[in-house]
Amino acid sequence: MIGRYVGRRLLQVLPTVAGILLIGFLLLHLAPGDPVLALAGEHGDAAYYAFMREKFGLDRSLPQQLATYVGNVLRGDLGVSYIQGRPVVDVIAERLGATLLLTASALVLSSAAGILLGLLAASRSGGPRDVTVSAGALGLYAAPVFWIAQLALLTLSLRIGLFPVQGMTRPGGAPAGLAGVLDVARHLTLPVLVLASQEIAAVTRLTRIGLIEELASDHIRTARAKGLAERFVVGTHALRRALLPVVTVIGGRVGHLLSGAVVVEVVFGWPGLGRLLLSAMQTRDSPVLLGIFLLVAFSVVIANLLTDLAYGWLDPRIAYR
Amino acid sequence: MGLGLTLLVVVVALLASALAPFDPFALAGPPLAPPSRAHLMGTDALGRDLFSGVLHGARTSLLVATVVGALVMTIGLAVGMASGYRGGLLDDVLMRVTEIFQTLPRFFLAIVVAALFGSELRYLVLVLGLTSWALVARVVRSEVLSLRGSEFVEAARASGASDIRIILREILPNTLPAAIAYLGLLLAQVILLEASLGFLGLIDPSVISWGYLAGQAQRFLRVAWWLSLFPGVAIMVAVLGLNLLADALTDVLGGRG
Repeated sequence: MIGRYVGRRLLQVLPTVAGILLIGFLLLHLAPGDPVLALAGEHGDAAYYAFMREKFGLDRSLPQQLATYVGNVLRGDLGVSYIQGRPVVDVIAERLGATLLLTASALVLSSAAGILLGLLAASRSGGPRDVTVSAGALGLYAAPVFWIAQLALLTLSLRIGLFPVQGMTRPGGAPAGLAGVLDVARHLTLPVLVLASQEIAAVTRLTRIGLIEELASDHIRTARAKGLAERFVVGTHALRRALLPVVTVIGGRVGHLLSGAVVVEVVFGWPGLGRLLLSAMQTRDSPVLLGIFLLVAFSVVIANLLTDLAYGWLDPRIAYR
Repeated sequence: MGLGLTLLVVVVALLASALAPFDPFALAGPPLAPPSRAHLMGTDALGRDLFSGVLHGARTSLLVATVVGALVMTIGLAVGMASGYRGGLLDDVLMRVTEIFQTLPRFFLAIVVAALFGSELRYLVLVLGLTSWALVARVVRSEVLSLRGSEFVEAARASGASDIRIILREILPNTLPAAIAYLGLLLAQVILLEASLGFLGLIDPSVISWGYLAGQAQRFLRVAWWLSLFPGVAIMVAVLGLNLLADALTDVLGGRG
């Protein structure tokens, strides 16, 4: 039964994947100018362009081109970055780790902190703790990430000197072993805190609302009537049920985290995909840009899929349909 | 309070040219001057008055929000109503399409579009408008689904009204409140998106935008904190206002279908 649910969800994902690929393809061809220029740069000569046209099949009919394009992507060939003279996949792969480190840490931090804060607020809802947390969350939610980043940089790095200002390691590269890990960790702290802040706000709000609803519901009253300790009631019963929408939201916010990561990376000089994106943008390196777009889009699809599956697992009512 | 904040931004945007003491592009004062009586928010590296810049930035945000809002409402309402009212195969197909657009990472899409098509504002607005309607469509659809079997719809149908008439007269007005509440949240997101893109330098620099102002501030962070502070505050005010407004609208409507 679980297998069938998984299978069905996988099938439902296919049209989305197809749609994303189609959009990527259309963008390339709808853009003003010759697609060859977008794919191969503006400094080639006639022979180079002829070669590239051949390679990308640009002289064939549109549907055939689409097929080639899809085939390439599915095989992991995202084209070549003519600026760097390397396959796009390589360019992306070497920056991916840094971004993953940043984003994954922010995801974990924001989930844990958000749930905790939501718990704190909801357990004494209406009280001063709740009001402070809610107001703080609202404010944080409204502030643009780059602003928080700049403020943090201004106060914590430049003024107080608590954290390094830029980069992932000391200038000159990280030392080996534990010192290296600590060095990266120190550089990582501020970017992660900043990136997580907006997500924390969102998760806090959601957990709080979910918990407040849960705590007022019937089976919680039953649990209380049975004489179970208050902390137990809130902590296990209510929390598990309230976490369901939170899980869904966390999955959906991967896209949001990634876009925030771009900004954070630029402000803090973190050497990840975000900075790659910016330089690709400035040099008009379209294959890299498209490659990153596809990567992010597919990540969101996968994240959604995983959260749906987790949802099905957490809420046993769904899996048996 | 949400209404107040939002109105403040709108009014400021509309009156920007009148309120701004200087032309935002003019070299009005000494470069990198801190806030003072002459320049309420200080000046930037070229000596341009920041206060005027922030005021004009409000206009850009208003423009973007309005056009995107119009596009989103049109497409979202159309898709939601068609989907909810007709049901069946049309519903399935439209919902699949909606899912695709819901998943698309708009930020990255906007970047790709800016690289391929150019950084003119109209492309940004088109991209955001054509891809952000998914949630509105869903909200409208669920409203329509719950309204479909209601009494006044039955009455209208019994009196021989055509489908289109029923949709436009009976159902549309009832779906609007919920859709507008969502629109508020969405426009807040759009402003944040526009700001981030401006920050990265992807928006037309001949148009003043809050994000762009903050982006310019990046290099001078050490010496001119005001360059980054005020645009950020402006964005926060706008986003907060819209969020609060949307929350208030949802509260007022709470308890409906």
